[in-house]
Amino acid sequence: MPTVFSPTGIRFENIDKRYGGLYALRRVSLEISAGECVAFAGRNGSGKTTLLRIAARLVRPSSGRVSFLNGGEERGVPPPAGFVAHATMVYDELTAEENLLLFARLQGIAEPVARIEALLREVGLVERRGSLVRTFSRGMRQRVAIARALLNEPAVVLLDEPTTGLDPQGASWFAQTLRQLRDSGRTILMSLHGESEVSTLATRAIQLDAGAVVADTRAGANFRSVLAFANA
Amino acid sequence: MALLSNTAVLLGKELRTEFRSRELLTTTTVFVLIVIVLFSFSFDPTSEESRRFGAGLLWLAFLFAASLMLQPCFLREQSNDTLGALRLSVSDPFAIFLAKLVANTLFLLLTELLLLPVFAVMYNVQVLPMLHWLVLVFFLGSLGVSITGTALSAISAQARMRELLLPLLLLPLLTPILVASTEVTAVLFDRSPYVQWKGVGFLAVFDLAFLTILWLLGEYLLEE
Repeated sequence: MPTVFSPTGIRFENIDKRYGGLYALRRVSLEISAGECVAFAGRNGSGKTTLLRIAARLVRPSSGRVSFLNGGEERGVPPPAGFVAHATMVYDELTAEENLLLFARLQGIAEPVARIEALLREVGLVERRGSLVRTFSRGMRQRVAIARALLNEPAVVLLDEPTTGLDPQGASWFAQTLRQLRDSGRTILMSLHGESEVSTLATRAIQLDAGAVVADTRAGANFRSVLAFANA
Repeated sequence: MALLSNTAVLLGKELRTEFRSRELLTTTTVFVLIVIVLFSFSFDPTSEESRRFGAGLLWLAFLFAASLMLQPCFLREQSNDTLGALRLSVSDPFAIFLAKLVANTLFLLLTELLLLPVFAVMYNVQVLPMLHWLVLVFFLGSLGVSITGTALSAISAQARMRELLLPLLLLPLLTPILVASTEVTAVLFDRSPYVQWKGVGFLAVFDLAFLTILWLLGEYLLEE
């Protein structure tokens, strides 16, 4: 993985998110250091997805603020973020290559064709580059989604249950990709359901329950129990 | 510059996906053709009668076309959360609106131009002498419908009763532009046709005003 990004941390300060009278997040305050690989665990509806979408700036918090840090200083301009969501975030009516070219052009990526070629090779879809995404299996679509998220060499990678639809071989490939991303110094936030090969790459585990942080641990004694929370 | 280049890229995507599937254009054209044919049975379409009712019927048919066309505009972006990916990728969210409203205007204009000869034959109306002015009125009217409809499509796509909400919001807001478009078109169908500049000016001002509102508020309309 090339390292043309600047290491970025994230600070969540007293984040509340309400949908009508329902709290999705309550007073969440976290500081994620640059280069950390954080796994969010929790049951369905615990607020993991909302927190990731707030970090991606797709959702505005009801109160509180999110800031991005570079060397301890707040960044004026938010960094490019790569986001893999529940949905694939790619167009079924376009080919894998057309999808990547569309987002590369929107993001103003220099030499998009070469970048797309490299990414398609990396995700193992170079042979199917000209096929419409709607003809792909769920796992193949997820690979396109991952390629799209990595197009702009993001400093921050946000992954919402990224192994959804991947077969064991695909999940293993993804774990390897994630390891490379983590080792290159990118900040990674991911939501997971239970332990997996991917979860073992986390350097910090945060447990959410009813929108609040109930456990926050770095690799150590109860690290695995937090990660395994969703299975409990 | 980034706004224009992003808009061009997104417009290319809109055109490519539509011309690949032809979902909107085919269904809308067929539907409006049926409407035009059915209307022709409701009265005797002599040229005198058509001059009185033709413009109204034509714009009513265009309104039906617009309602059909605008509904899936943002709904299609929701199934795979592609709207989220677009918001993460563009530097100015207005580019998303701009591309969609230009695409909608083009699709609507294409449908209208396909229907005009059918209308002229079935309703015994001479359109060729004033064709260039008709195209101008169709353009300004369709642009107004697309600007308003695209904005409302973004709002209704996030609502629970989305299929019902768009027509409910769209019809009252479009009344001024439909009235103006019908009046200007009716004068162009007249025995001694002329261009009603007051109406044309109103259409241009309406388009400009709603485009400015969309530019100012567009970002908030896309928020979850």
